[in-house]
Amino acid sequence: MSLLKAEGVSGGYGDLEVLRDVSIRVEPGEIVSLIGPNGAGKSTLLKTLFGLLRCRRGVIRFKGEEVTHALPEALVRKGMAYVPQVDNVFPSLSAEENLEMGAFVLSGDLKERKERVFRLFPRLRERRHQRVGRMSGGERQMVAIGRALMLDPELLMLDEPSAGLAPVLVDHIFEQILAINRTGVAILMVEQNAKKSLELAHRAYVLAAGQNRFEGPGPELLTNPEIGRLYLGG
Amino acid sequence: MLGARRWREQVGRLWARPWVPPLFLLFLVLLPILLAAQQGVSPDRLLSLVIWGTMLGSILALGAIGLTLVYGILRFANFAHGDLMTLGAYLALFMLTLLPQGPPLRPFSFSLEFLVALGLVFPLTGLAALLVDRFLYRPLRFRRAQPVVLAMAAFAAAFFVRSLIYLFWGPDFLFYYVGRPRPAMEVFGVLLRPDQLFILGLALLLVFLLYLLLEKTKLGKAMRATADNPDLARTCGIPTERVALWTWLLGGGLAGISGVMLGLDAQLRPEMGWFMLLPLFAAVILGGIGNPYGALAGAMVIGIAQQVSASFLNPAYAPGVAFVLMILVLLVRPQGIFGRPGG
Repeated sequence: MSLLKAEGVSGGYGDLEVLRDVSIRVEPGEIVSLIGPNGAGKSTLLKTLFGLLRCRRGVIRFKGEEVTHALPEALVRKGMAYVPQVDNVFPSLSAEENLEMGAFVLSGDLKERKERVFRLFPRLRERRHQRVGRMSGGERQMVAIGRALMLDPELLMLDEPSAGLAPVLVDHIFEQILAINRTGVAILMVEQNAKKSLELAHRAYVLAAGQNRFEGPGPELLTNPEIGRLYLGG
Repeated sequence: MLGARRWREQVGRLWARPWVPPLFLLFLVLLPILLAAQQGVSPDRLLSLVIWGTMLGSILALGAIGLTLVYGILRFANFAHGDLMTLGAYLALFMLTLLPQGPPLRPFSFSLEFLVALGLVFPLTGLAALLVDRFLYRPLRFRRAQPVVLAMAAFAAAFFVRSLIYLFWGPDFLFYYVGRPRPAMEVFGVLLRPDQLFILGLALLLVFLLYLLLEKTKLGKAMRATADNPDLARTCGIPTERVALWTWLLGGGLAGISGVMLGLDAQLRPEMGWFMLLPLFAAVILGGIGNPYGALAGAMVIGIAQQVSASFLNPAYAPGVAFVLMILVLLVRPQGIFGRPGG
């Protein structure tokens, strides 16, 4: 059974229909990349899957259960996590408080969960009391991803995790994503940095003009001449 | 304009240093004090003005913190916040007429029943704020009304509250205890009324309790988080409508208490809270909208500046002083001293 399966999904903002009949699936433990030109609807798809935008047509299933119109609060409890591309931290809260907010729906001690995130991002342990608004872009991204991991999700959806980061940090973030995946978390990510994300991905989808164009194993898409020409800049 | 951009980046980096915002705050506090000293105001008098300013600032802070949290969480400027202060002041007066009157608690001018009334004002004003939200703001919010519609609704609520007060209590100045002497005493060379010390102490205590709430409790952290980024808060599963409910109760209650303090310090009048609106917003904007600690700092700056400037300016200019400080900050740092770009 697929972890996440969306079939024939359409949706968008207001009167604007961005997604038309998009189907994707994510298997447990997989890394799946969504690539495509600007405005193809990659971010819109993530928001629709996470219940931030209404799914107008189609069916979304998570762990076999229909969640087409589920709200983010409910999806978070079911094991789905989402890291937006921008504004993905609480800047006036400390790093540690940001993590606590990630597990707001839980009551009780969060020490063990925080500890797990700190093991993944030791830098955050050093700066746990620092306000996130004062942190660098790379550290913020760690806070954002750490926050999403607090509920121990089975699926982590990342919207452009490397956007705006210095090249050195880009590699670092991708290493972290691999490390998270090795702990068994499936990852669905949107990336501008198509080449990098295809190298990483088990499978990838190419989205264009709100529709699926290609689907296949990451490395295969990477060597596909048509995709190379269209989306990877030669 | 490469030069301008580089300049902006330099300034941004400067503000990112932890000691720059407090230093700027200090500058804002010192500015009116230095002006007053230059006008020949004696150091003794300056000291008392600063202490009175601190008291006014702490009253303002109780109102401003509620205002800034509501703004952050609901992205809504509650122009009726000042009139919630008025409402609290008159509710206390109303309860004094119901409660049996005891002897004054020397050296204060009030009696025990005043403290009871003060305690009741908190939940009552909080409830009033919540009701206004439920029946006026929230339906508009759910219909995604334009910001200007919401602003007008808030003004309407403000006028409504004030009209009620005119209706029941009339337009005259009123006192909690008519005819009771309110002698001033000298504390370290500063002339203060014991009531004012009470106000200062209570306001500081409430600010401290509020700090504990915001820093140590799950609800408080959720309030700060939601004020920071409502969308992300929802994404985290934080029930933002429930957070908003508690924010109204808390913000309204604090506004009510600060209104009682204003009334105890001077007198009650139907426009008392309305006149506080400009200093309240100035405090909120000065500190960075949505940031409760910014509002606290902003309120202190405004309170001290208003009192100190009264030594060399006609007190009628006090709201103008708040306005000038606000504009000064907006020119130097549009997002407020503790704000963040675009926030």
